[in-house]
Amino acid sequence: MSEPASAPVTGPADLLAQRVAATGPRPTVIVDDLHVNYTVYATGRPAKNESTKLLRRAVNMRRARKIHALKGISFTAHEGEAIGVIGRNGSGKSTLLRAIAGLTPADQGAIYADSDPTLLGVNAALINELSGERNVVLGGLAMGLTPDQVREKYDDIVDFAGIGEFIELPMRTYSAGMGARLRFAIAASATHRILLVDEALAVGDADFQRRSERRISELRDAAGTVFLVSHSLKVIEDTCQRTLWIDGGTLRLDGPSAEVIAAYNASVK
Amino acid sequence: MSVVVPAPSHGQPSHDDLAALAAEHGLPKLGSRPGLADYVRQLWGRRFFCFGLARARFRSQNEQDRLGIAWIVLRPLINAAVYGFIFGLLLPKSSRQENFVASLVVGVFIFQFFAACLTDGAKSITGNSGLIKSLHFPRAVLPFATVIEQLLALVPMLVVMLVVALATGEPVRLKWLELVPALLLMTLFCTGIAMIAARLTIHIRDITQLIPFLTRLVFYLSGIFYKSPGGGATGGQSVLAKVLELNPVHAYISLVRGAVIVGEGAPPHTWRLGVGYGVGFFVVGFIYFWLAEERYGRE
Repeated sequence: MSEPASAPVTGPADLLAQRVAATGPRPTVIVDDLHVNYTVYATGRPAKNESTKLLRRAVNMRRARKIHALKGISFTAHEGEAIGVIGRNGSGKSTLLRAIAGLTPADQGAIYADSDPTLLGVNAALINELSGERNVVLGGLAMGLTPDQVREKYDDIVDFAGIGEFIELPMRTYSAGMGARLRFAIAASATHRILLVDEALAVGDADFQRRSERRISELRDAAGTVFLVSHSLKVIEDTCQRTLWIDGGTLRLDGPSAEVIAAYNASVK
Repeated sequence: MSVVVPAPSHGQPSHDDLAALAAEHGLPKLGSRPGLADYVRQLWGRRFFCFGLARARFRSQNEQDRLGIAWIVLRPLINAAVYGFIFGLLLPKSSRQENFVASLVVGVFIFQFFAACLTDGAKSITGNSGLIKSLHFPRAVLPFATVIEQLLALVPMLVVMLVVALATGEPVRLKWLELVPALLLMTLFCTGIAMIAARLTIHIRDITQLIPFLTRLVFYLSGIFYKSPGGGATGGQSVLAKVLELNPVHAYISLVRGAVIVGEGAPPHTWRLGVGYGVGFFVVGFIYFWLAEERYGRE
């Protein structure tokens, strides 16, 4: 980090104060012209005739097809913000979150982020053949906690998930809702500076939803930034002040939730 | 402060503005591969995760069957019995090693460790896509955990191996201590192999189809049930003897046999091979794996 050469001779504290005054809250995530491509291997190309189709099937020639999932997205997220992300199925919402979590690399453009953003989603499986107990421990360790810290948080996590004695059974025996609750409980146990939530709230029952909404606002208050992808516009409106509307891989609208949701509803109708 | 973003990126902050803003607030760029030293540091930070994963996998692997953990030992023992039965009858006595039974058990057990590291190592990235897609951690944790899991399985096998050696008349002796450096070197070698296999599988999925054949080939070239032809002879060695001698798995088996079986002393050049392969494969494998760090989890 280099200071501008022409800066007047002031202490670093003064400079910082000037900056805060000028720029408002500190940015935590900056997404700069983000492009993400997927390479999919599929026999999706239409064959000219029956014999080439057979030949291709015989040698299992799979052509790499590029899917342009995100086409140049830019925005800046700040400390203490909860940001909803809405859009149709396949519009690129989950890809955006996975890119911010550092799980899908950018093909073009860049993402700058304060600390390791943590993604928590319904599809994110831990290890299905292991019991919930062991998944709690492993999930904590994977997030970088020490065994002592995991032991400390263990009871809270299990209580929060509220899945009772199922905790001793392998995760493959869980219903989709129970699995999602446990995953959310694990990920939400550590205080993340940046938390990305993908549809996780839609699966729990009303009681669980209330608890997780409370937890999200706690995390937000702890000077974190929360991103929330959901098809439930009500959940977004209740938890997020700001919303991004992603449409066909581009950012259609970025603004206060009520306005963006109104515009989205108008376009869907 | 609603901002309507028109289709062409018009009126949006430019690249330079955003990059400058990031620099001003000291936000690092995401998704770029960490430097080698940083990577090693991150990996060290997840050591508990690595061990925890290996232990959990090891336990769950063996909880399914009624005999549980006993199968870790029973499987290779039965394997050794089958080979012993076939080749003990088939091959002339002169082509067998000293203490055929103990030698065979050492060979089969040590080979099993290598084969498991190769096979499971190749699957360590592709078979854990759930973890990779949901959590951010240095991916080298996965091949490392695979090797640790196999080391956990090796411990009961070593105990059985020593029991077989004692039962077939080998004495308890100080030379058993050579097992420690021999297996340490072999673990380094196997970790390198697991990391190379893990990355290759990302590039070419079909490799997992070829691994059984590769394993078979190495098995037959490791002198597990026959005496290495012309071992230590001066000049005029056959091609097979050369290949055997340079085969890393054969080298490690020889080192373990040298420690356990009287009259099977491993010559110094076998130790040199063991050190060379161990350190060499580990370093090359680690760097090769690290170079593709940002590619894992892409598919």
